[in-house]
Amino acid sequence: MSSVKTPQNAEQLRIARITDSGGPLLLACGQSLDVVDIAYETWGKLSPNKDNVVIVCHALTGDQYAGGVNPITDRPAWWPRMIGPGLPIDTNRFFVIATNVLGGCMGSTGPASIGPDGKAWGVRFPTLTIADMVRAQIRLVESLGIDRIFAAIGGSMGGMQVLEWARQWKGRVAAAIPIASAARQSAQNIGFYEVGRQAIMADPDWCEGAYLEAGKRPDRGLAVARMAAHITYVSEEALKQKFDRRLQDRQDFTFGFDADFQIESYLRYQGASFVDRFDANSYLYITRAMDYFDLSTEHEGQLTLAFDGVDARFCVFSFSSDWHYTPEESKAIVRALNAANVEVSYVTIETSKGHDAFLLDEPEFEAAMTGFINATADACGLAAGLVDEHAG
Amino acid sequence: MSNSAGAPRFRRADHTAIAKYLQEGDRVLDVGCGDGQLMELLKSERRARCQGLEISQRGVNRCVAKGLSVVQGDADIDLPVYPDNAFDCAILSKTIQEMGRPAFVLGELSRIAHRLIITFRNYGHWRARWSLLTTGRTPVLGGRTSWYAEGPQRQCTVSDMADLADELGLKLVDCQSVSDPDKANSSLFWINLLSEDVVMVLEKSSDSSS
Repeated sequence: MSSVKTPQNAEQLRIARITDSGGPLLLACGQSLDVVDIAYETWGKLSPNKDNVVIVCHALTGDQYAGGVNPITDRPAWWPRMIGPGLPIDTNRFFVIATNVLGGCMGSTGPASIGPDGKAWGVRFPTLTIADMVRAQIRLVESLGIDRIFAAIGGSMGGMQVLEWARQWKGRVAAAIPIASAARQSAQNIGFYEVGRQAIMADPDWCEGAYLEAGKRPDRGLAVARMAAHITYVSEEALKQKFDRRLQDRQDFTFGFDADFQIESYLRYQGASFVDRFDANSYLYITRAMDYFDLSTEHEGQLTLAFDGVDARFCVFSFSSDWHYTPEESKAIVRALNAANVEVSYVTIETSKGHDAFLLDEPEFEAAMTGFINATADACGLAAGLVDEHAG
Repeated sequence: MSNSAGAPRFRRADHTAIAKYLQEGDRVLDVGCGDGQLMELLKSERRARCQGLEISQRGVNRCVAKGLSVVQGDADIDLPVYPDNAFDCAILSKTIQEMGRPAFVLGELSRIAHRLIITFRNYGHWRARWSLLTTGRTPVLGGRTSWYAEGPQRQCTVSDMADLADELGLKLVDCQSVSDPDKANSSLFWINLLSEDVVMVLEKSSDSSS
């Protein structure tokens, strides 16, 4: 197996040590981190009055390479349809920043980073929350001399971060776009992610979390975790359309446990390619952060109170066939925002592609994104951009 | 539901009639808002804080692109997600007769908003009555086609609507002809007989909040 594609062999990484200026980062679990690096990427130009900043937040397995081409893999980044000149998040108009989340494995401090004792943190790394991730992002943005953002945008776990941005930076976030997300992780999702974590921890190469020190990697466990999760990212209809019960390069069953079915082969490929680019302990920490996410917990189950004083303008998106983060969960956000007197729009995109639809070709989604972003930017008095090729 | 999607800016008579009943800065829910024409009008002329509810992707996208707040949904199903008393005013502009569950919709809206403004086509108009009497066929009014056209098209009268409001415990605050506001002081009987399009204002009977 080729060496894992981590920051070590990427010279393109842009990293800011956010603890240099702001001091240790205090986490929700009560511990603090003395040294925190946040890797990030930017597109477009910061306007003279610094009012055109868009934060793009990635999902569980994403990274800072949101737009254009990922320089590590030389393949398209995870949101190439959304970020770029003339695209919905128009880099002619906006200065786009995407970070690798705290706890991630693409340059930001996480369990694979070297701890204070000179060894990799492993599972000694403190447990994180979505709020911690956003606190780190805010530190980074502040270190760039930015004191307000035009928009926070993200899908899935990125949408959870968007909700946190609007809460943590009241009065400084003009627009918030949570996509295919939820204000609280469902029991079903906690269950699926627990299956993934157990698969990783059951792999003998996990070495109680200290696999880096032992020179091993729990690839088999991580691949199984990815396979289980991947099923939740697509709809049953999409699986049926793409694979149904078709066999993989064979006419009949082998009467064994080879990947007879195309769906098996596909999932095995998803698992195998994932371990090349992701750290198993990061997977544990980030899924845990999602499990802990419930904005209503601090308010005795009253989600509305979580949005008290939030003044960003929201556009919430969901996808009809998404069973990972259902339209009902998005509607719960909309209902709470309505009750909290926050301006909100809600768009459900009719699609059979399931949760991953937000990453795929969905023209109505892109049209609504473009419309909301531009109308809100106009209302905020943002300059139209360098090349206004979409006047209308 | 986009009655006038893509149409150039012009003012629908029932929109003007609706605007009269709004106060500056009201929080308004426009149910079946189409492409947001009424919300634009209410925002600019009444500085209303509007949110739309619209079922069609096309209408929702147009509203969003205009910078209007809109929630995609079906009034027959999705109104329960709105909190109590979230709006000063809920508007059903030529949409009540398209609803699958009009009584449910009115009931929910009276929970969500203090005041309801409804415009609808009145089949109690003398021409409709005359048509039924002389031809023996269901009257067709305005842009409506035949009784068997697809989708719900409810043929109700001013008296029918007043009865429903009463049944739901709603107070009939005002009722006027859209096209002829001079008849403002007419009794319900005459409005029912002489008005083809009607605007009706309903309020919760036992609600004292503004």
